This record gives sequence, structure tokens and C-alpha cells, in this order.
Amino acid sequence: MSTTGESLSTQDEVTAEIGAVQQRYRDDVAAGRQHTVDTLLDFPPYRSSELRHPTKDPHLVDPETIELVSPAFGHWEVAPIEADLTNRHVGGEPQGQRMVVTGRVLDGNGRPVRHQLVELWQANAGGRYIHQRDRHPAPLDPNFTGAGRVITDDEGRYRFTTIKPGAYPWRNHLNAWRPAHIHFSIFGNAFTQRLVTQMYFPDDPLFALDPIYQSIPDQKARDRLIATYDHELTTPEWALGFRWDIVVDGPQATWFEQDGDQA
Amino acid sequence: MSRLPRTPGQTVGPFFHYGTEWPRMNEVVAPFSPGSVLLEGVVYDGAGEPVPDVMLEIWSADSDGTIPTAPGVIGRDGHTFTGFGRAHTRPDGHYEFWTREPGPVDERAPFYSMAVFARGLLDVLHTRVYLPDDAGLHTSDPFLAKLTDEERATVIATRTAEGSLRHDLRLQGDGETVFIRF
Repeated sequence: MSTTGESLSTQDEVTAEIGAVQQRYRDDVAAGRQHTVDTLLDFPPYRSSELRHPTKDPHLVDPETIELVSPAFGHWEVAPIEADLTNRHVGGEPQGQRMVVTGRVLDGNGRPVRHQLVELWQANAGGRYIHQRDRHPAPLDPNFTGAGRVITDDEGRYRFTTIKPGAYPWRNHLNAWRPAHIHFSIFGNAFTQRLVTQMYFPDDPLFALDPIYQSIPDQKARDRLIATYDHELTTPEWALGFRWDIVVDGPQATWFEQDGDQA
Repeated sequence: MSRLPRTPGQTVGPFFHYGTEWPRMNEVVAPFSPGSVLLEGVVYDGAGEPVPDVMLEIWSADSDGTIPTAPGVIGRDGHTFTGFGRAHTRPDGHYEFWTREPGPVDERAPFYSMAVFARGLLDVLHTRVYLPDDAGLHTSDPFLAKLTDEERATVIATRTAEGSLRHDLRLQGDGETVFIRF
């Protein structure tokens, strides 16, 4: 982990690296040297990825029976209160802009992913995680832990009440700030669809500067991580509403069969 | 005809622990219960250093080859086999699960399906962990047959003197674990 300031790159250097790596990816895809991926694992602008990405291509396999199903979750396993991150502490409500985040978990055919686990975790309004290794000198909020979970309903819907997280400073490079984001963990209808990702907020000025968001080389794919502000969902004098649908897909082999030209 | 495009993955980040844990999440079955086995190992990075911030998940058939369908992964009752476990590596990169050894499904070599998430790893990695005692089934397995001896060794657990299963993961470099896509 880069924790010292002596050899850190500047934002301009990292931004230039991001552009160069994305351009190389596009050139390699165009030349047939690289198959399309949503997220690049070998992405040097994200310094922590240097020693943690495989150097060999993953082997394309036919999924077996166990990989084509998912673990089962019962609604009784998660209490309704776990979907409300603002109501978990007896001391009172957390600081910050209260909001509702809701949407559906769907498969590639648009079918709902029913009765599956959705987990989320996030920083508080000041951009501080409760994790003990987070050294960002923003205050902890005694009324905010920042973790929640729900089981999707018959329509694949999830709904959380929380507060908007702050931007988060980190030591990837000098003056590095992560756009405000919420971490999501999703189970699909098959274990091959397992997804961990991050949801972002519209129009964040930090998008272009962030090597994690930019590890997705295609703008249209990056856009799929941004929630939509929904005034219909906003509750008067109480909370803003954001909508974000999540699509899990795979096995990729199936996807290729049906959309062969997109390989 | 037109499929919805997938939501891309992003790294689990450094601070996933408090958002992704529950009691006994790595105990698919009760430790030391009849038929239980300890599956353990260390995750290494490209410099050979243990990785302290990994989230690993296993998902497998029961020892008789049955695909688990019962809920209870979070609300563990201590006797229902749910097939799913999650572990966070310790500061020394070590992980462990208590589970059962899967039996063959469709007469194929049994394995644990494994998903790997970590700080510094921008998207999920999938792999398989096969059992050391199924050499006959391994010979005829279409996936294992395509691998070199060195590659095959990265997806087959070893048996310890105590009878546990030992399986290290190497994210990069010498002995790099074979990861899969579907």
C-alpha cells in the first residue's frame, strides 16, 4: 500500500496514464489482440492492482451444474431494519443528506433476480469509513455504521434508506479523491453472475480523475454505475430518491452465442 | 433478442469487512462435525507476499453430489447444508472454511466453485478447487485435461497430515492460479 508521500504521482500524471491505458485497450480490441471486458484488471493507474492482477487470460470453461445455480436466501435471514442505515443507533440519526436508493436486480433477459442477497457498505457524510484502518481525519459519526443488506422481492426489487456518502481521499497518488460511491455486493441466479461493484452519483466532477471508476474503459459501461436522480421517488421534507437497476449476466458463453458480433 | 448490458464490476476496496460479515460465515458446517473438513490456505500476490484484504467465497455440492437449495447461509442453524461460505483473509493472508467435501455431480470431478475479491483486484476472479483424491475423475475431466501439469496443480487442493484440505492462491506470477471465465 502506498502510504508515503515521497514517490507519489501527481493527478495529471495519473490522468495521462488512464488515457493511455484506455487507448491501448481500444487499439488491442480493434486489432483482435484483446477480447472485450467491462473492467480491466491490469490497470496501473490504480497502484494497488500492480501485484494483484493475473497475468494470464482466464480459461474459458463450460459452466457445470453448481456454477449455474446460486446459494438460497430466506427473507427470515435478514431483518427489515437492516435496509435502513439511518435507524441503527439508539443515539439518533446520522449527519448528512438522507436518501432512498432503490432499483431492481435483473438478468440479461430482463428477468427479475428474486429472493437474492444485496449487501451495501459506504462512508459517512464526511467521507469516513468506520473501518479502523481508515485514517482519513474526517469525524466518525456515532450514529452511522454504513452497512446494510436486503433480500430482493418477487420483482427483484431492493430498497435502502441511507445518507449520501462524502468523497473519500486516498493515497493512490497526490491529492487523490474517490467520487462519492456506495459499494454493492449482488448474488444473481447463477454463481457465475456474482457481482461486487460500486454505485456512483450523477455529475460527479471526480469521475475523470478516478482510476477505479476509469478502470472500465467504455463510457457506456461506466455510465451503468451511475444512479439516476428520481424526483418521483423523492419524499417531501424527508429524503432524496435515487434509482439504480443492476444487471447480472453470464455465463458469457451464452451471451456470445446470442450476440456473437459483440465478442 | 436484445440483452440488457451487464453492470460492470468494481473492486471490493479496502473497507469491505464490516459490510460483508456475519457470524459463522466461513462455517458451511459446524467445525469437527461428522463429515466436516477444514479447507484452508494463504492468498499470495505477485511478489509472493500474503494478501491480508481478500474476500473468498466457496459454493459446492454436498458430499453426496446434491446441489444445495436450502436457505440459511446467513441464518446458520448448524445442521442444514447450504453449500456457501465466505471468508476474509487474516492479516497473514490465511483463510479457512469448514465445509464438506463435495461429491460428483453428473459423474464429473467434484470441486468447490470459488470467487475471489480483494483490494487492488478490480473485478471478481472465478476459479475451482478440486479434491486431491479424485485422480481418476481428473484424467477424464474436460477442463483439467486442457491444463498443463503446472496449471492443474494450482486448482487441486492437497491433503495435509491432519486430513485437512490445503489450497493456496497466487494472484500473479510463478504458480499463478488458473482463473476461469464462462
